[in-house]
Amino acid sequence: MKYVDEYRDGKLARGIAATIAREADPARLYHFMEFCGGHTHAISRYGLEDLLPENLRMIHGPGCPVCVLPIARLEMAIECAQRPNVTLCTYGDLMRVPGSRGSSLLKAKAAGADIRMIYSTLDAIRIAEKEPEREVVFFAIGFETTTPPTALAVRAAHKKSLANFSILCNHVLTPAAIQSILQSPEVRELGSVRIDGFIGPAHVSTVIGLQPYRFFAEEFEKPVVVAGFEPLDVMQAILMLVRQINEGRHEVENQYVRAVTEFGNERAQAEVAEVFELRESFEWRGLGQVPYGALRLRPAYQNYDAEKRFGLEAKPAEDNPACECGAILRGVKKPRDCKLFGTACTPDTPMGSCMVSPEGACSAHWTYGRFREATKAAPQRRSVA
Amino acid sequence: MSVQQPIRRKLDVKNGRVDLSHGAGGRAMGQLIEDIFHAAFDNDWLRAGNDQSAFDVEAGRMVMTTDGYVVSPIFFPGGDIGSLAVHGTINDIAMAGARPLYLSASFIIEEGFPLADLKRIAASMGEASREAGVPIITGDTKVVERGKADGVFISTAGVGVAPPGLALSSDAARPGDFVVLSGTIGDHGVAVMSKRENLEFETQILSDSAALHGLVAAMVAAGGAGIRVMRDPTRGGLAATLNEFAHQSRVGFAIEEEAVPVRPEVAAACEFLGLDPLNVANEGKLVAILSPDVVEATLAAMKAHPLGAGAAVIGRVVEDPNFFVEMRTSFGGGRIVDWLSGEQLPRIC
Repeated sequence: MKYVDEYRDGKLARGIAATIAREADPARLYHFMEFCGGHTHAISRYGLEDLLPENLRMIHGPGCPVCVLPIARLEMAIECAQRPNVTLCTYGDLMRVPGSRGSSLLKAKAAGADIRMIYSTLDAIRIAEKEPEREVVFFAIGFETTTPPTALAVRAAHKKSLANFSILCNHVLTPAAIQSILQSPEVRELGSVRIDGFIGPAHVSTVIGLQPYRFFAEEFEKPVVVAGFEPLDVMQAILMLVRQINEGRHEVENQYVRAVTEFGNERAQAEVAEVFELRESFEWRGLGQVPYGALRLRPAYQNYDAEKRFGLEAKPAEDNPACECGAILRGVKKPRDCKLFGTACTPDTPMGSCMVSPEGACSAHWTYGRFREATKAAPQRRSVA
Repeated sequence: MSVQQPIRRKLDVKNGRVDLSHGAGGRAMGQLIEDIFHAAFDNDWLRAGNDQSAFDVEAGRMVMTTDGYVVSPIFFPGGDIGSLAVHGTINDIAMAGARPLYLSASFIIEEGFPLADLKRIAASMGEASREAGVPIITGDTKVVERGKADGVFISTAGVGVAPPGLALSSDAARPGDFVVLSGTIGDHGVAVMSKRENLEFETQILSDSAALHGLVAAMVAAGGAGIRVMRDPTRGGLAATLNEFAHQSRVGFAIEEEAVPVRPEVAAACEFLGLDPLNVANEGKLVAILSPDVVEATLAAMKAHPLGAGAAVIGRVVEDPNFFVEMRTSFGGGRIVDWLSGEQLPRIC
């Protein structure tokens, strides 16, 4: 596969791994948070931990759109889907996210709700056009990467005067979340979470550019390296972070030069700005209320707001008290610190959102990495000589 | 004076559709069975027109299987639900090291299904069964109201006979054994996906759907009792098969990602669909666990067969109290190869 295999080259990886091992100061700790689930997945899928020195640790961040969706918003979607005449269109990875009391979109669908999995926002527009008697609601979630397609869908509906189309908007903003993590007591005062630097988002940064990260690199004195989602990208970004730490720098650097520019995709930003405005506050699962951390439709497009159209309100909904997704999303705990991890909670029977999406820290660790603990605990596993 | 003979109208295969009378047990059903199924599967057993077929049992260990086919879409690049039903059933018998002898086929057809499509499916089944030398000797036809099925579903059964002394079993893998794969993975799943509604994409990939009993016969001749177990990695792909072996044999696996053959087109399609080829279904591939003393001969026999030309050793069986399937990635790190959770590709076979 041209333009992909080049970034998965094992020989180059070993070269970078050797450089990291040589340059990482054994007297220091290097704790880096990869914000995005895409990076978490690449780290687990390619076994990057095996290539990193002992004193360098990756902390998995909250950048998985499915993981940070609060239960109350999911319940709202389920309630909406159960209304007569409503067709709820959603991306497939939301189907199995557990709500409160074991509910999920998948179960609501089995019980008769008209919930359809789509691959593109335009599929939802097509359904609305084809079935004018149905109220078609698109369950819009995601970071800056998935917001422009939602904006385009709203604009398309507006242009076609589609009266039976609306969106349930849960779009959230990455920089606000990073800032919220850096300002959390665990990181700021208690020091219980050590974060020495960030691997910045790949796809999100193609849209927003490097600019938005400059503030907290300076303010919080943490280096940020924006990196692509391929494993070599991640290795190279780690090396760049190690060098910044060693040299006492805290800058925004761009490893993903093939896709990310200083100011990002300004056309996409303009589409989003046309349709959306900031919410003063929005709940992120794990992080709590994040000020200016999400978007809602502008007044000019209110007709497409499913919350208003159906009078939907977020009802308080609690996570399972034993579920540690919140602490895991903040980097305070590791998946294996959770009592439910691997026992009651597995990808087949997820209790928390981090176990549902393949980008979630728990799912990635369970699916790809759990042999590491087993090997430490029970070294009986023997390869054939 | 002779009794009037009603004119027997020919089935309108070109424009006609299956209606409820085709499943009602009357003349219309008889005509459908005769003109579509008997014509396509043509053999003495069916011509006898009984509700069952009799055959003499060979000496040896009999093997039996049953299978259902609900693939969507019904026609896909490289095959259709009919050929798939024949190949899939034969392969389930063959994975016991057995020689498949006879098949049955039962059709559940949705009212309104085009007769032309039914004829095409039957023709494809007949051809697959003749090519494999395994006749379809009994069957059944039911028609359900529109909306109670999706086009056509096919259920099959198969019987075969295993050579004496051969007792393949999924609990027989032992540390030190070799894992052999007969060719590229993921072809069937990607070919079917490429024709799914909402997802259609341009590709040259064909399903690998094929009957593997010829390949198995060559392997049994070369490897004999040194073949511990075989399985065709269909739904759930190679990952599911290896995990089943690991748990049933209470062992672990050490797999080399670089040794697992994947076509570049399949790798590319999986990349943009967000799939792992290890989880994607195959319909003409097998995984065999071989004891070290027969690896060389068995692999050579596989490579000499057209359906095993791409065969490769992809890893070893190891001791592991956790029964993990571990893989060294081509990137250099280690990872687990797990069962897939949830549905990746519903109705793939």
